[in-house]
Amino acid sequence: MAETVRASLATAGITHQRVVFPEGLALDCGAVLKPLVVAYRTYGRLNDAKSNAILICHALTGDQYVAETHPVTSKPGWWEIMVGPGLPVDTERFFVICANVLGGCMGSSGPREEMTDAEGRPQGRPWGMQFPPVTIRDMVRAQAKLLDHLGVPKLFSVLGGSMGGMQVLEWAALYPERVFSAIPIATATHHSAQNIAFHEIGRQAINADPDFHGGEYWRHGVVPARGLAVARMTAHITYLSEEALTRKFGRRLRTGPMLTFSNDLFEVESYLQYQGSSFVQRFDANSYLTITRAMDYFDLAAEHGGSVAAAFRNTPVRFCVISFSSDWLFPTAMSREIVRALNAAAANVSFVEITSDKGHDAFLLDEPDLFRTVSGFLAGAAERWR
Amino acid sequence: MPEGLAPAPRTGRPLSDRLDLRLIAEMVEPRARVLDIGCGDGALLDILVHEKDVDGRGIEIDMALVTAAVAHGLPVIHADADTDLAFYPDAAFDYVILSRTLQATERPREVLAQMLRIGRRAIVSFPNFGHWQVRARLLLTGRMPRTKALDRAWYDTPNIHLCTISDFFALCEADGYRVERWLGVDEAGRKTPWRRNRRLANLFAEQGLFLLTRG
Repeated sequence: MAETVRASLATAGITHQRVVFPEGLALDCGAVLKPLVVAYRTYGRLNDAKSNAILICHALTGDQYVAETHPVTSKPGWWEIMVGPGLPVDTERFFVICANVLGGCMGSSGPREEMTDAEGRPQGRPWGMQFPPVTIRDMVRAQAKLLDHLGVPKLFSVLGGSMGGMQVLEWAALYPERVFSAIPIATATHHSAQNIAFHEIGRQAINADPDFHGGEYWRHGVVPARGLAVARMTAHITYLSEEALTRKFGRRLRTGPMLTFSNDLFEVESYLQYQGSSFVQRFDANSYLTITRAMDYFDLAAEHGGSVAAAFRNTPVRFCVISFSSDWLFPTAMSREIVRALNAAAANVSFVEITSDKGHDAFLLDEPDLFRTVSGFLAGAAERWR
Repeated sequence: MPEGLAPAPRTGRPLSDRLDLRLIAEMVEPRARVLDIGCGDGALLDILVHEKDVDGRGIEIDMALVTAAVAHGLPVIHADADTDLAFYPDAAFDYVILSRTLQATERPREVLAQMLRIGRRAIVSFPNFGHWQVRARLLLTGRMPRTKALDRAWYDTPNIHLCTISDFFALCEADGYRVERWLGVDEAGRKTPWRRNRRLANLFAEQGLFLLTRG
């Protein structure tokens, strides 16, 4: 189990590349976040025609460090297998952008950043639980401001998995004229009751940690590391399939071949504990609460009079929907719903279910069919760009 | 084309040389909206998209073929013709194509009706069970006929709703579809010379190829 971590997280002292919008952003909840700060990374070069920009949307616990060593964890970028020179999202051809989501904790406006008042004046304390609730649509609006700043009128493509896929769908629904093609991966138009239920366990674990202090843990110089680690451990199980867990760990013990009911530890336990404790080094508990809520709120149909098809009526966007056969968090049935709604809207859509036993996490892993699909789709789209 | 983006080149040859696909492609107006049902690896779509500049889509039930088609840059979805056509709006396409797939559907009559609901025209090709070799084999051997077009044993064939060219004319009449054009085709996809005569075509054509509209 994760030890209590002092508030001096490894993230302190790291400067993220950011852009500040003093006018702020009007949120779905009615509040105006002022100023709006968006932390981001770009790779490759925007061409003169400004026609080669690709936006990558990260998942719940991802961030903008897609294709480079992470400044906090020193680990490889989270999608280095997909994004880079000669890879499906080829940084020698495309100008690739990724922003830390609104509400995140890698430099964008979020609970860990300094609180501001309605006039944008700093309040000398972090937002914490006072950070306004945000939606997936708010995240997308913040990204749109970043694109304006970068001088990108229209995206050649936008792609992402899981919560990143929700943003992809929202991009296509909200700014169809700014998106030429969209690749929502392992995602859905809404969070199911089961998805919400798993998130609620994580939130309750954070709330129950005595170090949480009602979200004002910074006042006490601690972080709710145990609660956040449990949240991560629960979530991590939902990202894997039973097959993947069995293949990786089976019933193996760390201590030896015999079960003795004392301090035995199954390998899967120690793996989860490692996942939990390393997570709290880089992630903020209030951000976790904010972003999981944004995912739970997401309901594309509700935003469009109860119909997903209405969200995409006459859409010019070309879609490539991708799911994984062993993903039980965002199962193929959810992707098929997206596809049916797109068909009902007579949209141009490709749909592939990739056979994999790696569960939801497959979109981050070495899946050759995923790479073939993405690069083929992008190549086909490039032929048709107008 | 985005500057700096190499186009997805269809380098050299199209995916397929099949003549029957060429015959179908000849029936399609340039720049039309087309849905190809049972599109396989996208061989026909590849011709239509690259040579006729159509806005083409495909559906295919075999996931490996879907992946191949999408990886080739073609807009294809994994779906089942028997159940998923219902999700398309009326008149969404200029042409809906069903090439050598009708006989493998669960409910061919319903599939045809859906095709002519979502498309203004339907193009259908199927193996002709009235071909003389089929008739001769059943007559002479008393066994289920196996030909080049129908080369699987009765117990493992996907072809569960076989028909003759005459049967198909009868269904079109019963359901009120107008046959705009039709062709008898041999297995290689060449037009057969007796294509103007229904009875001869029903005996000598290995495939029937039809262009239908709602009556």
